[in-house]
Order: sequence, then structure tokens, then C-alpha cells
Amino acid sequence: MSVDPINLLAFLGMAIVTYFTRVAGLALAGRLSLSPRAQAAFDAIPPAVLIAVIAPSALATGWAETAAAAITALAATRLPLLGVVAVGVIAVVGFRMVM
Amino acid sequence: MSTMRDDIRRGLNDIWPAAVAAAPIGLLFGAVAASKGLSPFEVFLMSLMVFAGGAQFAAIELWANPAPVAALVFSTLLINARHVLMGASLAPKLQGFSRWQKFLGLYYMADENWALAEKRARTHRLTPAYWFAMVIPFVSGWLINSTLGAMIGAVLGDPKRLGADFAFTALFIALVAAFWKGRVTFWTVAAAGVASAVTYRLAGAPWHVAAGALCGLLAAWLAAGGEEQPVTEEAKA
Repeated sequence: MSVDPINLLAFLGMAIVTYFTRVAGLALAGRLSLSPRAQAAFDAIPPAVLIAVIAPSALATGWAETAAAAITALAATRLPLLGVVAVGVIAVVGFRMVM
Repeated sequence: MSTMRDDIRRGLNDIWPAAVAAAPIGLLFGAVAASKGLSPFEVFLMSLMVFAGGAQFAAIELWANPAPVAALVFSTLLINARHVLMGASLAPKLQGFSRWQKFLGLYYMADENWALAEKRARTHRLTPAYWFAMVIPFVSGWLINSTLGAMIGAVLGDPKRLGADFAFTALFIALVAAFWKGRVTFWTVAAAGVASAVTYRLAGAPWHVAAGALCGLLAAWLAAGGEEQPVTEEAKA
């Protein structure tokens, strides 16, 4: 049951900003009107952050990872979430063997 | 007028498919968190305190020893910023909630239970009974599965051997597909990917997250300009 104090600090910081985003809506309700462009930028936050987090692993690690990422993206247009993950993992293991 | 009992039953009925779908994701999260050196109890604490799937996955991808606290908090804030809009939309529908029920209930507002509550609010008054009947099993499932995943992951050992280190990358690509909105998303993803990879090479972690995310948002702003104009005119008319 050991907890690293720095890890605990990270959890606490993450918890505080997350709770802030969840209750901030109570104060904003009915007062928020975004322009369509601002709305588009806001809607783009999740995909932009997700891609920014994985880009080094997908694009700057090696050819095996880049090729597997391309196949995964293709699978993402057809398969449900866990199917996509399975295709990606199998592809990277395969490419690492041959590259 | 629905009774409290009906609302509890309705909430449980509505949430269970989402809870089942989240189970393997929780196991996967725990397993990869364990590979980054987090203990099962730490995984439990993180899930209990933060309870945000996407942000927790991103955090584990960025995790190092010692933990890069500022980068982790910043990435979490960015990924969860969407909650502000979700909460603003849900808040007027929480009239039947006492003040503390609102502040407690919103602690565990996630994409899934938010979407179901919005759907429910279209036809019924949203009650605390319905909300908490959804939230309690959903949160419990995430806690149990992520902790269990960490216990299993600790036994499995090096995740790279099984390609499990790539599971995050694949999962995130799959999640992006779920947020896909056509042309604007394409430019967002292209700009975020290139900016992040280049920044990672030139400046290293964790700067790639902020650089990639901001370039992605800028691209969305620019790409939406030409397309959204007619909609604006219609909205004014």
C-alpha cells in the first residue's frame, strides 16, 4: 500500500483541475455563447491533445511504430475500440519482427 | 411522476452497457499503469481522485520517475476542458438537486453518464436518484477494473514484449475516430501530429503536448473559418 509522495501530488493536481472543469459549468450555465469558430476549436481539444500525446510514439520512434500507426488509423474507420487496439498491437509486434 | 424506485431502476438500466464497454478499458489502463511503475493502490487512488479515462491514459503515457507534475496537470486540464461546456449544458437540468448533491454528483461527471443524463432530461425531469444510480456502479466498475488490471499487469512484466506499450497509441487513434467531425478534425490531427513530433525531436518531453495541442486548436480555428460562415449567417437570421 505504498504511495510515492510525488505521485500523490500529481494525482491531487490532476483531481483539482478535473473537478474545476466539472463544476465550472454551474457558474457558466446560460451565459456562455461561443462563436462557431471558437466552438470548432473547443470541439477540437480532445483529438488535438490525444494526437499530441501519441505523436512521438507513432511518428518519431521507428518505422515499425509508424507503419503500425497507419494500419491502426485504417482499422479505426471500421472497427470498434477494442478491435482497433488489437489490430494495432498485433501490427506493431509483426513489424518489429521484420523491420 | 416517477417514483424514486423507478428512477433508480432506470438509471441502472441505462448505465450498464456503458459500464460493460468500459471494463476492458479499465483493465488495460491498470495493466499499462503498472508497467510504468505505479502500484495497484496508486492506480486505485488515481482512478478514485481523478476519474477521467482519457486524461488518465494520457497521464500514464507521460508518466516518468519522478512524476512530471506540471506536465501531467496541464495535459489533464486540456483534455478535460470539454467538461466546462458539458457542465454548462447540464447545469440548468439539475433543478431537483440540492446544492451538495450538485457538487458531489458533478465530481464524477464523465462523457458516458453526462450523455445519458442529457438524453434522459429531454423527456423526464432529471432526479438525483437517477443520476447517482448511474454514477455509483459506473465509478465502482472503473475502480475495480483499473485496480485489477494493475495487479495483473504487475505479474505480466515488460509490456514491450507483447506490444502492449503500443496499446496506448492504438487506443488514442481509435478515440480520435470517435471524435471525428470531417475536414476540421483532419486538419486538427495533421497539425497536432506534426507539431508534436517535431517539438519532441527538438525540445523533448513534455513540451510536445502543449505545442501539438495548441497547433491542433489553431488549425481547427482556421479550418472552421471558411466552412462555418454560412451557418453563422443563418443563425443570425
